[in-house]
Amino acid sequence: MENITENKSNNQEEISANEPILKLRNLSVSYAPGKKAVNNVSADIYPNTITAIMGPSGCGKSTLLRAINRMHDLYPNVETTGDIYLKGKNIMDMNPMEVRRMAGMVFQTPNPFPTMSIYDNVLAGYKLNGIKLKKKEKDEIVRKCLMAVALWDEVKDVINRRGSFLSGGQQQRLCIARALALEPEVLLMDEPTSALDPVSTNKIEELLLDLKKNFTILIVTHNMSQAARISDNSMFMYLGDLVEYAPTRQMFTKPQNKKTEEYLTGIFG
Amino acid sequence: MSDKTKLSKVKKRIAKDKIVFGLVCFFSFLSMIPLFLIIWNVVSKGYKNFNWRLFTEVAPSSMDALIAKMSGEPIPGGILNGITGSILIVGMAVLLTVPLGLFVGIYLSEHPKNKFARTVSYLTDLLQGMPSIVIGIIAYIWVVKPLRSYSALAGSVALTIMMLPMVIRSTEETLKMLPPTLKESGLALGAPYASVIFRVILPSGFGGIFTGILLAVSRVMGETAPLMLTALGASVVNWNIFEPTSAIPLLIWDFYNDPNLVDIIWSASLLLLIVIFLLNWIAKIVARRWKI
Repeated sequence: MENITENKSNNQEEISANEPILKLRNLSVSYAPGKKAVNNVSADIYPNTITAIMGPSGCGKSTLLRAINRMHDLYPNVETTGDIYLKGKNIMDMNPMEVRRMAGMVFQTPNPFPTMSIYDNVLAGYKLNGIKLKKKEKDEIVRKCLMAVALWDEVKDVINRRGSFLSGGQQQRLCIARALALEPEVLLMDEPTSALDPVSTNKIEELLLDLKKNFTILIVTHNMSQAARISDNSMFMYLGDLVEYAPTRQMFTKPQNKKTEEYLTGIFG
Repeated sequence: MSDKTKLSKVKKRIAKDKIVFGLVCFFSFLSMIPLFLIIWNVVSKGYKNFNWRLFTEVAPSSMDALIAKMSGEPIPGGILNGITGSILIVGMAVLLTVPLGLFVGIYLSEHPKNKFARTVSYLTDLLQGMPSIVIGIIAYIWVVKPLRSYSALAGSVALTIMMLPMVIRSTEETLKMLPPTLKESGLALGAPYASVIFRVILPSGFGGIFTGILLAVSRVMGETAPLMLTALGASVVNWNIFEPTSAIPLLIWDFYNDPNLVDIIWSASLLLLIVIFLLNWIAKIVARRWKI
């Protein structure tokens, strides 16, 4: 929090004037007692923005992202402290399953469910949660979500086939559609393009810019130019600390912190 | 080093390579000889009595066989009681094994570092190495004695104990090979754990798990020793799980002990071989088809 207020006070640009959709407060995550992977991070994320989380390997960016949909609850030795407010509700007090429906996640490697058809993959969130839908509603969700990820035209004729024959980029878009189907408040993406070729990466980036209109996106990325291309705001993390959080343009032109500057100019990373 | 010595060294190495390659091929071939001899023996001696009767009639009595033999006719009767018995005993063993094995396999793959899980895993290995006759004795004490009767059920229990480690291991290994993000992406949709396990993880591992079950079945299909102490055998078709029941390997053992029935051993063995080969073949196809 300090960083942000500091930035705000001595900078021309501000992150946003809107009410934040996601508030992190003193968030810490440790994998072993006394070893914090994320250290006391506070930040506000604003609706309909793309926020890039950057930093060298092991800086805690994925750990931070996974805290937001309570993935750490799956592993008993991981300890998460602090508060996360999603649309004003503290998700640390909520049931993790409920949280995960509100915060969709896309992983590094495209992983559509291999035994389900493309159609069922999109609806997986409903199926696995035991939510019954009418055929019409299902068709509508599938069509809408596949259109949102620009996959509809490519797969509408093979929608009942398994998704494993799709290209990596198509599979990843299918995974994004699967996450979108539950209409999450935020979309958490953990290096979603690092396993993809440049063409597919480009398509996903365009897609994210498009999705921004309806969703709030947090994206962990190794790729600085990707962050520069698509994100509105950027976080720079180092050794578990949120070093700098500022509008992307500002961070890439006038980083406030020396570490950020060193990272962005390639002195370390 | 002159060019000449270099060249001769290379030649030597090539020769060495050829010798080693030749040896590898030779021994591979050598190890296949017993298999082909077995198949040849069983097929050439078994096809004579391998007819419709084998599947439709129960095993002949020693007397009937003797009379037929004296008059130069083929041995009457078949191994129907063995076939039905094997289906009953092995089928029931599968029903007992699969749920148990699946759950233990899931548990072991989900908690690889847990102390209890590792103990279970180790004991599973031990169980796999347990002599089948010992398992037969255990099933005798557990089931035959309390029920005061040899029974198909007792046979199934013995075979279940034999199949369990195989099914547990194959389930565990299969599930461990699935990408961990598969489970996480299911849970990331807010799905309950059970739903992710049963609707994402298990179906994804179906190929490997099913193959494991088939191989376990083909493994116990020919087990004789544990059945001798539990199912005992019967000369009639029996579908009552609390009654003594025959099985193909038990019949083979019976035939072996009766000089008049020796001829039918080969047909019974041929059937057993065919079933086991078929199971292995299906297992291969399933494993290939359902590869993820």
